Amino acid sequence: MSQAETTIPAAPDDVVLDVRDLVVEFRSGRQRVQAVSGVSFQVRRGETLGLVGESGCGKSTTGRTLVQVQSATSGSIDYQGQDLNSLSGRSLRQLRTKIQMIFQDPISSLNPRRRIRDIVAEPLAIWGKGTKQERATKVREMLEAVGIDPDAAGDRRPGEFSGGQCQRISIARALMAEPDLLICDEPVSALDVSVQAQILNLLADLKARFQLTMVFIAHDLAVVKNVSDRVAVMYLGKLVEVAGSDDLYRAAAHPYTEALLASIPEPDPDHTSSHKALTGELPSPLDPPSGCRFRTRCPYAQERCASEEPLLRELAPGHQVACHFPVGPLAGGSSAG
Amino acid sequence: MRGRRGARTLEFADVGSHQGPLLVVEDLHTAFRTPRGTVRAVDGVSFEVYEGKTLGIVGESGSGKTVLSRSIMGLLPPRDVLRSGTVHFGGHELSAMGENELRAVWGAELSMIFQDPMTALNPVKRIGVQIAESLVLHLGMDKKEARSTSVELLRSVGIPSPEERVRWYPFQLSGGMRQRVMIAIALACAPRLVMADEPTTGLDVTVQAQILDLLADLQRERHMAVILVTHDLGVVATRADDIIVMYAGRIVERAPTRTLFRDTKMPYTRALMDSIPRLADPSGARLDAIAGRPPDLVHPPAGCRFAPRCEYARDKCREQEPPLRTVGSADHLFACWYPLVDGVSTAPPVRVTLGSSSPSTPTPADPPTDAGPRGDEPVSGNPEAETLP
Repeated sequence: MSQAETTIPAAPDDVVLDVRDLVVEFRSGRQRVQAVSGVSFQVRRGETLGLVGESGCGKSTTGRTLVQVQSATSGSIDYQGQDLNSLSGRSLRQLRTKIQMIFQDPISSLNPRRRIRDIVAEPLAIWGKGTKQERATKVREMLEAVGIDPDAAGDRRPGEFSGGQCQRISIARALMAEPDLLICDEPVSALDVSVQAQILNLLADLKARFQLTMVFIAHDLAVVKNVSDRVAVMYLGKLVEVAGSDDLYRAAAHPYTEALLASIPEPDPDHTSSHKALTGELPSPLDPPSGCRFRTRCPYAQERCASEEPLLRELAPGHQVACHFPVGPLAGGSSAG
Repeated sequence: MRGRRGARTLEFADVGSHQGPLLVVEDLHTAFRTPRGTVRAVDGVSFEVYEGKTLGIVGESGSGKTVLSRSIMGLLPPRDVLRSGTVHFGGHELSAMGENELRAVWGAELSMIFQDPMTALNPVKRIGVQIAESLVLHLGMDKKEARSTSVELLRSVGIPSPEERVRWYPFQLSGGMRQRVMIAIALACAPRLVMADEPTTGLDVTVQAQILDLLADLQRERHMAVILVTHDLGVVATRADDIIVMYAGRIVERAPTRTLFRDTKMPYTRALMDSIPRLADPSGARLDAIAGRPPDLVHPPAGCRFAPRCEYARDKCREQEPPLRTVGSADHLFACWYPLVDGVSTAPPVRVTLGSSSPSTPTPADPPTDAGPRGDEPVSGNPEAETLP
């Protein structure tokens, strides 16, 4: 089950986050469900890693373990030399200020009964950092950075704002603690396309301004590709492909990535996808298919896919895939498609 | 699906049981009385839908598209709702019908697929019972017949082992499966028009593609008309025959789908298209976001309602409201004083003057070309019209 040996070698000081063999199990009655089944990846300083997959693939659970709101069953999450899984109590809380998260539903992630300025000041208030005056100054600065007028908004409550504005406020709150690493869990999937574009641009600006490293989780590959330097595609608890985002689009090697690309609605009436659309739904993680977990929905599946699990291997520099019969330009003569 | 559209878009009126368009909406206004004032959510909308055709209605949150679809159906509560204009469906005036008459039409002739299948389905009733309900009511089936038809309907919407699933409750199904159940309920009595209000928003892109394909297949089989309401032009680009773009309660552009994309006239339509991240763009490419948000519908801006956010707006745009008009082909309507021609604005160059040239109108918060976030500032803090019941 180990995929760690195939991760990209990188200079140790360049890697901010090193996740190895991450497993997260939940209990479901008497059974155990693996939401994440041995995932390994690295995030380098200043880069944005996209994590993409369907509902139920474990991408959000992975994101939640990175901030330790969900503890891992096994594996390690190394953040700048410290294993988050082994930390607890105050040392974990202290470290966690450096890793912040933005959630999918911007409205429910803000306490409806509190004023915006108190919501945004909370990360500093908890730690008792700065005087009240200093905190207020910082709140103003952060609200302005996300495009919210602190004078007009500060005394209002979340219910008075649209989804896009609430997401801006959530981002301001996340940035208050001056994090290094920002985990974005589907931050734009509840928003209109027009607002989505505003938030994506904002995240790009803030990333540059505050020198952030980001993990961006979403189900829409077009969105992920726009913000990410590298993309990791996840299916039923495992990574199936990891590549630079332009490489992934140009030379998708896993049939699942191909299908994800095919399902994106292009705003073009003459658009015909060359890829095959996906049928069926994600199998139950209670009883994952043997061998390759995608084989039950894969148009190219063969006998070997049922008997032998494909490991993540390097197909081209920086481009890994877990498939016996990869497709696309990188596949060469071994393509089954 | 592509073959179907290619073969059919040529002739406009389709042969059907009823002469002329299936649905005719004329000068529909729908407003809500609120403590802040009257919210004009739909403000003079007219269009037709023909049998077997798909009409896409596209707009942002707050554009009035959801209120429009509910107003057509007659689903809005009578209290504090002001409605005028007419809606004719198959020759009958829906807008003149009372609730009892409408009940005979709802589900049977005209049905609706809602955005959130979890709240639209009854959580404490088995899905089979919910499908059978309209079969018994409208088609007069007995229980046994309704039950077997329910199983067939579930099968037709692609639910595996329907004999078993018919006894399931909504919470036992995934979001995509629940939306399939919603479609099964909507199609149970073979309606002539299905109104789908953001049917795939909130679903995964993979499931979205499946649901939209399913709807298109069923539409072809049953020769239904479909109104697909969405905020995403990408969703309707390959699926609608015609598209209406709404902004602040009004139609701002309407055209056959290919014309709309190939010869976009209204800068707002172009801006909506440009805000969608495209796979073909290199990663990290800056998106052309539309600054700001739709206007407050209690006090809509004078002139063109998009002018405060439009990069080509001129004085005339802020003073006079552009009518919905055509240039060249009669089926391409748009409301813009300076429509785009080959993607380029026909607005005259701006004279460089210092200070605001039109003190009566609010100046846009940003230089028009800046697609930065600041236009989203909650200056007026207006609640969105669509959040009203």
